Amino acid sequence: MSERFTSASDLRRSYDLVIVGAGPAGLAAAATASGFGLSVLLADENGAPGGQIYRGITRSSEADRRRLGPDYAAGKKLSAAFAESAAAYTLGALVWSVAPTDEETPDADYPLEVGISLGGVARAIGAQRVLLATGAIERPFPIPGWTLPGVMSAGAAQILLKTSALAPSGRTVIAGSGPLLYLLASQLIAAGAPPVALVDTTPRKNWRVALPDFPAFAMSSYAAKGLKLLFDVAKRIRVIRNVSALEAVGGDKFETLIVTRTNGTMERIDADLLLLHQGVAPNLNLSSAAGCALEWDEKQALFRPKRDEWLESSEAGISIAGDGGGIVGAQASVIEGEIAGLVAAFRLSRISKEMFAQRGAELKKRLASVLRGRAFLDRLFRPADEFRVPQRDDAIVCRCEEVSAGRVRATAALGVQGPNQMKAFLRCGMGPCQGRLCGLTVSEMIAQARGVSPADVGYYRLRPPVKPVPLREFAAMPQSDAAITAVAGFVERSVEKGSAAGSLEPDNRIVER
Amino acid sequence: MYRRLPDRARALVRFTFDGEALTAQEGDTVAAALLAAGQLATRHTPVSRAPRAPYCMMGVCFECLVVIDGAPNRQGCLTPVVEGMRVETQQGAAVFEDAE
Repeated sequence: MSERFTSASDLRRSYDLVIVGAGPAGLAAAATASGFGLSVLLADENGAPGGQIYRGITRSSEADRRRLGPDYAAGKKLSAAFAESAAAYTLGALVWSVAPTDEETPDADYPLEVGISLGGVARAIGAQRVLLATGAIERPFPIPGWTLPGVMSAGAAQILLKTSALAPSGRTVIAGSGPLLYLLASQLIAAGAPPVALVDTTPRKNWRVALPDFPAFAMSSYAAKGLKLLFDVAKRIRVIRNVSALEAVGGDKFETLIVTRTNGTMERIDADLLLLHQGVAPNLNLSSAAGCALEWDEKQALFRPKRDEWLESSEAGISIAGDGGGIVGAQASVIEGEIAGLVAAFRLSRISKEMFAQRGAELKKRLASVLRGRAFLDRLFRPADEFRVPQRDDAIVCRCEEVSAGRVRATAALGVQGPNQMKAFLRCGMGPCQGRLCGLTVSEMIAQARGVSPADVGYYRLRPPVKPVPLREFAAMPQSDAAITAVAGFVERSVEKGSAAGSLEPDNRIVER
Repeated sequence: MYRRLPDRARALVRFTFDGEALTAQEGDTVAAALLAAGQLATRHTPVSRAPRAPYCMMGVCFECLVVIDGAPNRQGCLTPVVEGMRVETQQGAAVFEDAE
């Protein structure tokens, strides 16, 4: 049985493998690696295991699973297998950094340290290896008015349905592109809350681009399921296609979606709630802050960490599995998690080379089979250029610092070379979300202005802590004498050896230099 | 804007939002409980004081920052509601009560 911890001070000093993220990849990796005898810590920030796709699965009722469909219900088995494993886990934990072990840490027999805040206590936990399974985030969707209250991401509505059985009560419009849009529409229909319209922004030309990949898709498990979903939704609710622009308008909250079609006609759709979605992208914040090299994926128009064929990043000892390494979906993420668990066991000499080779080949075969048909989806649902790079100057790009597309464009025209220089001019990406909601947009806007690929522009340089941690937690972290000397130049300690630490009366202390 | 589906019944949890008494269901996050109670805006931005409401519900966008039991900058979508919790709108940048 896995054991749950609620304070970082109760964790072990180090583990063989620290996994970040309890979604499909993290759960599978934890069960696999602990099955091979590794000591495993799985750290997750949510209140229950499952990640976003299986959010709330451990507490779901039969009614929830019926409403959310068989792909959601599949998470029940995975979370049960994890619960049976020997892995330690933490919920509500904030992992703020992954880095090589500080040279000031004496006698450390582990190469990596993971900064974890849990229960109001921060600790640097040692690790032989780290697996980042931080999943995906929804792509930015920077249309004018997307910051209005009453505009949310489609994933947000799904999370409310999964965790709190909350369904939209008024008129809802769903807009964007990608499989999740239609899945959410069908789930809202099942919940008795059908949207008034689904505005599909998938560019018509994508069908032509994706066509060569259709045969492989037609043979995959997605095909029948996906096509049925499309038809079922189109039968029940109004679908608007061939869209060239969207604008959300309202006063203190969203009131109307203005849809412009490619033929120039406009339509106003009054609603209470607008749900936006145009695909997902790897959540890069922790991998990038850990120093993992990134690469631009032109086919999906996103950055992802570089990985080798065994899912190892550019940084020694750090692997990345699941959507956090490149968008593959839940089924493939589970297999990637198993591969990462196997690789960790092999690297730490818990299994033989023969066993690694045999199991590895089996897993890779399964992965290839599950990924068949993926290329078609990637090409079909690549979001349109005009929805990745805002056309209107008044669209907000950086939500935190309220930086508009017009300002980013004007500043890019001055010759700004990359997103880090753009920060210095406009503060974009410097608010609390640390670029999660604007990073892709800013990189693509600079690339467009420079007439180069986003590969040449790069992404925000991200640094730990990847999320805000109270300063008092950092201040209270235990420090070695060497670390204190490195900063302060000396260590204060009591003259009487063996006396209680902390009794630092001015008269009986010495200063060591 | 959101309603609870009739097949979900969990223990009720009482909390306040800007002094108003509200109820949530056990297992709700602060952001979910506020949406269920018909509250939309959770903060006003530091730059233009524009109202903002939960956007992503998964800890990514930081739009649902609220003050919880006096502590500012808390992510409402990652914090479970507990009995007696005092939640307030965050106005602009965080103000720390014990700051000099």
